[in-house]
Amino acid sequence: MSKSSFSVAVTGSGGSGAVTAGLILLETIAQHGFYGFMMRSSGPQIRGGESAVMMHFDKNEILTTNNQFDYLLALDWFNIERFIDEIPLGEKSLVIYDLNAGEIPEILSHNNINFIAIDLKKMAKSIQGGRANMIALGLLANLLSLSIKHLHKAVSKALRHKGNDVILTSVECITLGMEEQTKNSAWSVPNHSYFVASQPEPKSTRWSITGNEACALGALIAGVRFVAAYPITPATEILEWLSPRLEQLGGGLVQAEDELASINMIIGASFGGVASLTATSGPGLSLMMEGIGLAIASETPVVIVNVTRGGPSTGIPTKSEQSDLNIALYGCHGDAPHLVLAPLTISDAVFTTYWATCLAEKLQTVAIVLSDQFLGQSRAIINEPVFKKVNCKRLIMSLDKLKEKDYQRYKGTDNSVSPMSIPGTPASMYTADGLEHNAKGIPSSLNIDHISQLEKRHNKLIQFDYGEQWAEITGQGDIILITWGSSTAMVKEGAQLLVQSGHTIKTIAIRLIMPLQLKLLSKALEAAEKVIVIEQNQGKQLFHYLHAQNAIPVDTHSIARAGPLPLRPNEIAELVEAVLCQ
Amino acid sequence: MSIKLKAKDYKSSVKPVWCPGCGHFSILSALTKSLAYLKIPKHKIGFVSGIGCSSRIPAYFDTYGFHGVHGRGLAVASGLKAARPDLHVIVAGGDGDGFSIGGNHFIHACRRNMDMLYIVMDNQVYGMTKGQASPTTAPDWVNKLTPHGSGLRPFEPLAIALASGASFIARSFSGDPSSMSQTLVEAIQHPGFSFVQVLSPCKTFRPEQVEWKQQVHNAFTEPTDDLSIAAQRIHSDDGMGMGIVFKRDIPVWSLQALQSYQEPSQKADCQTRIESIINEFQL
Repeated sequence: MSKSSFSVAVTGSGGSGAVTAGLILLETIAQHGFYGFMMRSSGPQIRGGESAVMMHFDKNEILTTNNQFDYLLALDWFNIERFIDEIPLGEKSLVIYDLNAGEIPEILSHNNINFIAIDLKKMAKSIQGGRANMIALGLLANLLSLSIKHLHKAVSKALRHKGNDVILTSVECITLGMEEQTKNSAWSVPNHSYFVASQPEPKSTRWSITGNEACALGALIAGVRFVAAYPITPATEILEWLSPRLEQLGGGLVQAEDELASINMIIGASFGGVASLTATSGPGLSLMMEGIGLAIASETPVVIVNVTRGGPSTGIPTKSEQSDLNIALYGCHGDAPHLVLAPLTISDAVFTTYWATCLAEKLQTVAIVLSDQFLGQSRAIINEPVFKKVNCKRLIMSLDKLKEKDYQRYKGTDNSVSPMSIPGTPASMYTADGLEHNAKGIPSSLNIDHISQLEKRHNKLIQFDYGEQWAEITGQGDIILITWGSSTAMVKEGAQLLVQSGHTIKTIAIRLIMPLQLKLLSKALEAAEKVIVIEQNQGKQLFHYLHAQNAIPVDTHSIARAGPLPLRPNEIAELVEAVLCQ
Repeated sequence: MSIKLKAKDYKSSVKPVWCPGCGHFSILSALTKSLAYLKIPKHKIGFVSGIGCSSRIPAYFDTYGFHGVHGRGLAVASGLKAARPDLHVIVAGGDGDGFSIGGNHFIHACRRNMDMLYIVMDNQVYGMTKGQASPTTAPDWVNKLTPHGSGLRPFEPLAIALASGASFIARSFSGDPSSMSQTLVEAIQHPGFSFVQVLSPCKTFRPEQVEWKQQVHNAFTEPTDDLSIAAQRIHSDDGMGMGIVFKRDIPVWSLQALQSYQEPSQKADCQTRIESIINEFQL
């Protein structure tokens, strides 16, 4: 039996190798011509904690988790109850588990799930240095008719840091698992063997990338060469990926003493003329707020990638939510206009972070990029992202432009963006200031200076033509779903389900949240019969923001559901159906 | 730039907000003298500060400056120096800015030992908010906010700097501008993090500090590079001893790969490297 879309989950305690097994499976199935999406979930423990990967494969690009899983590889039952909400199983599901892990937990014994129990440990012991996760992987690989050649390639890539011996041992374990599955008829369940090898190789170049890597890459392409940051879950991978690559490009990363230092360090570096970025999550973003205000007031371009986790306070560090929109929009004291953008998918994270950096540089302001744990720590097989390059250049004061004797850093211009003099340039020295200042940058509490500088900082963001990139609009219809950030993929797939049941649906996924492109949004909402705002937080944060700006009709509906469970397409379709029935 | 700069050329036309008789005026002049003596081009200086009376100082210099937020001057300066190792970075601020709200940055700037000068203009009071106790204020100093005194032992800046890894530690007095200027010259020349505490009387909120002129004394005539001798010197001193306490050549932290900013010759090479980074993602 051949199947073109299926889901696999792997769970296990820390050190059991669930994530490694998942990664190998993802890249192997990708070699078979499939696209895939792998979501990660882990417990709070450092080691010995549980982790799970949830994968969805399809012949087309896929960026959502499935409504029901076909396979669960349970390397052990450790804290399985923490994940089971994220791994819906049913009568079509097959669970392969280690005989040594004990009885099947009650939580799984309710519906007619199929089980195969294998003595993974014993089989692993038969090979020197053998590991149960690789045996289990071999069993599943054989059920899926995966090629050992592709498996070998994926193992070599995933374990390249561990050396050749580990790679060879792993391949040996996988081969053993495959052979045993063929030999033992008890280890196969009718209707659970899928031939996945049948997809033609896609024509386009494909990437294997996480959302965190995608954000980091976008920033590098846009010219970021300096990063200062403090480690925080789930943003740390952005920093770990950037650190060696910045060095390759003649830049660097500083591990700061805290987030207050991170944001101020990138302000200093950007003042020095180097495009700069920091990455953090909610608690760090809270600490950065005073620095963000300083960058706005002193018109120093900086980019902050916030990989949102469950909040408030320490919240749920390892799980996702879209609940930092309010602080990103309103966190600063005073009137502090800045940019807030949100990548719509892993692939789009390359463009959105690239664009955010370009806009920050161009408009000499702060850009906050709102990613989240779901987007950041998930890995996907995607087509190589293709996007149009824009002008990324900061307006720099050069000596030949200096006509007047006195350089005026904050002097108004036609587009309210003033040329910035970079330290080292003779004759146009100035002091940047977070105190309100006059056109020269000298502190001032005069009404006229405050009003004109407030207007300058406001106008430069309002007058700019952001073009068509402010949102991604899909479909045509009088029912309009508005969403943002990582919920986009789920909302779009939910919309497809609704179209299949006869509705006409248009989806607007907002990429540039602040400043809101009010005219373009109004145009997109023309002839709307019903407008529904969908987001993953409890406080209806986007819904209230859009209402505050009179951007949506008064009878707009809100579907707002808190994390940490990801929204699912069928859940969205059901919730929208319920609204439409009202 | 072959034009010979005089001390006054380093001053901008902005009039200081400081009260008449404030010690900070003489720090401003001493620093201009040191910079002129060292012939540092004005456009190669990045002068960074936080918030407070003393933190207003960058605007009074005709150099590049960044007047940031309270306590974060050292962080802005560390980012600037990391990204632009070619600049001379100077940081100045007060005792509240550096030792209270910015205390963590002070410790880690000492530890990081980046090549910069940090001057704390210490008047043992919060001046800009009109006279409250700072970390260096004596425990029994009475004011509106703490009518029974703070009851806290004063922060010991030199001891903390030493324990945190600063490689140049000195104390100066605003009433002795010529020796201050000499100390600042040595501090700027020292490769690494140079911390200079300058006792600078606040005429408005601490008029009794006029006595400091009689109390200060030359204590540290020769700097030591020995940590335990330096510790002994600091702990046996009454807080009014002047001079360079400690000076030691230790590795200066910088971003190894950070080439000086915007080198056109590197750009083509950069593009090739970005392409090879992008290729890492291909299946």
